[in-house]
Amino acid sequence: MSSNRPRVKIVDACKSFGKIEAVNNANITVEKGEVVLIIGPSGSGKSTLLRCVNRLEKLTSGEIWIDEDRLTAHHADIRRIREEVGMVFQSFNLFPHLSALGNVTIGPRIVKKTPLNEAEDQGRALLDRVGLADKVSAYPEQLSGGQQQRVAIARALAMNPKVMLFDEPTSALDPEMIKEVLDVMLLLAKDGMTMLVVSHEMGFAKAAAHKVVFMDNGEVIETAPPEVLFNNPQLERTQKFLAHIL
Amino acid sequence: MAPIDKFSSRKTRIEVSDGALIPEKEQRATFTAWRISFFGAIALLVLLPLISPEPYRRIITFLPDGIMMTFIVTVLSIVFALIVGLFTGLGRISRIKIVNRIATVYVEVVRGIPLLVQLFYIYYALGKIVRVPRLVAAVTAMTFCYGAYLGEIFRAGIQAIPKGQMEAALAIGMSRSQAMRRIILPQTIRVVLPPVGNEFIALLKDSSLVSILAVADLLRRGREFASKTFYYFETYTVVALVYLVITLFFSKLVSLMEERLNRRE
Repeated sequence: MSSNRPRVKIVDACKSFGKIEAVNNANITVEKGEVVLIIGPSGSGKSTLLRCVNRLEKLTSGEIWIDEDRLTAHHADIRRIREEVGMVFQSFNLFPHLSALGNVTIGPRIVKKTPLNEAEDQGRALLDRVGLADKVSAYPEQLSGGQQQRVAIARALAMNPKVMLFDEPTSALDPEMIKEVLDVMLLLAKDGMTMLVVSHEMGFAKAAAHKVVFMDNGEVIETAPPEVLFNNPQLERTQKFLAHIL
Repeated sequence: MAPIDKFSSRKTRIEVSDGALIPEKEQRATFTAWRISFFGAIALLVLLPLISPEPYRRIITFLPDGIMMTFIVTVLSIVFALIVGLFTGLGRISRIKIVNRIATVYVEVVRGIPLLVQLFYIYYALGKIVRVPRLVAAVTAMTFCYGAYLGEIFRAGIQAIPKGQMEAALAIGMSRSQAMRRIILPQTIRVVLPPVGNEFIALLKDSSLVSILAVADLLRRGREFASKTFYYFETYTVVALVYLVITLFFSKLVSLMEERLNRRE
């Protein structure tokens, strides 16, 4: 356990789909306990980059490190690394044939071979933590979008990850449900979870983010603490983008 | 109940129709057509022996063995065809090139050869190498043929599951095969159940082809009776009615099963 390595280190990451370069030479470092927000116009490669961090997409070149594991190594144990990297999707992707508790327990049970009782106790505690103690046996279809996303967060937490990735976790939600999801994310941030978040939720950024990364055209344009980046962006492209969304 | 979000309310359905028409509640007209045919056929099967005991009573007592054999051929074939079909479907989406190629060629070959020719081929051509009992040949041929069709249904069913399901499973550390077994296939079963039910009914009807191999199924028994007694019209009337009753019964069963699945969702 080397203590001064960053939790996530993305080095010169490039990802292209055919001729299209989705991510171009991106460098991002996330320290332990840090919350890093990635913003940028749609098509700027931020989701693609995030998906590379648990190898749902494979980098064309460059490196990604999770602690001392090089995710991009040929012999990397992807499955073990994925256990340590939780992911929350824009469209929740809950398993519709399983109850909320089933969704939260299936990872530990199948992947970690946790005994059923133990997994269920832990699952109930996690659902309680995201405010859904009363929805344990509800199926995804019976839950609102906000509730589904909170179950999805609990499902990722059940694997006891070192870092959580959020891919636009609130963009599929109706406005009144956004807050309940952000509140859970704030709670996680307060508890010291390392988080890499693709989102345009400025309120969340100001409240919880240590750093904000602005991406455009596959490149990291500017990285700064939220108050600096939002109030005093250094580059024109950042200023232009912020003028659009603020 | 909470409002349903746009992402959760997906209901995938694939339409394949070569079995009997499967009635649904909202299709009132079909439902009535089902009633007319089903109860009409039963009424005829009861009334004919009453009105004219000779030859109908004899025909009806002669056929049950054949009905039994038709069921045996159908059930054995569908069970094996489901197994072959599942692996064919998985093969068709496999990333391993050779597996994918074999599954695809198999489907192409089967789809290009009439079932009757496949029956002859497996019985006579393979019979040159190994002597196979008629029933085994019949079930093998039906399995070979329907395994390909069911393979296509499984493939479509697996592909109908949104990509995000596999990604979410991989993201919590599952292997592809764990994700397939625990996440994708349980959802696939729901999607494929109606078309599989349909194929079962189609197979039941196609099983009449095995009478050509002298397997004593319903049609064969009818032929035997007719050629002895020369009651061709009467015999085939009963044979057709029996097929109709069985087929309609199962199509109803499939639709009830589908309804129950939908309600549980």
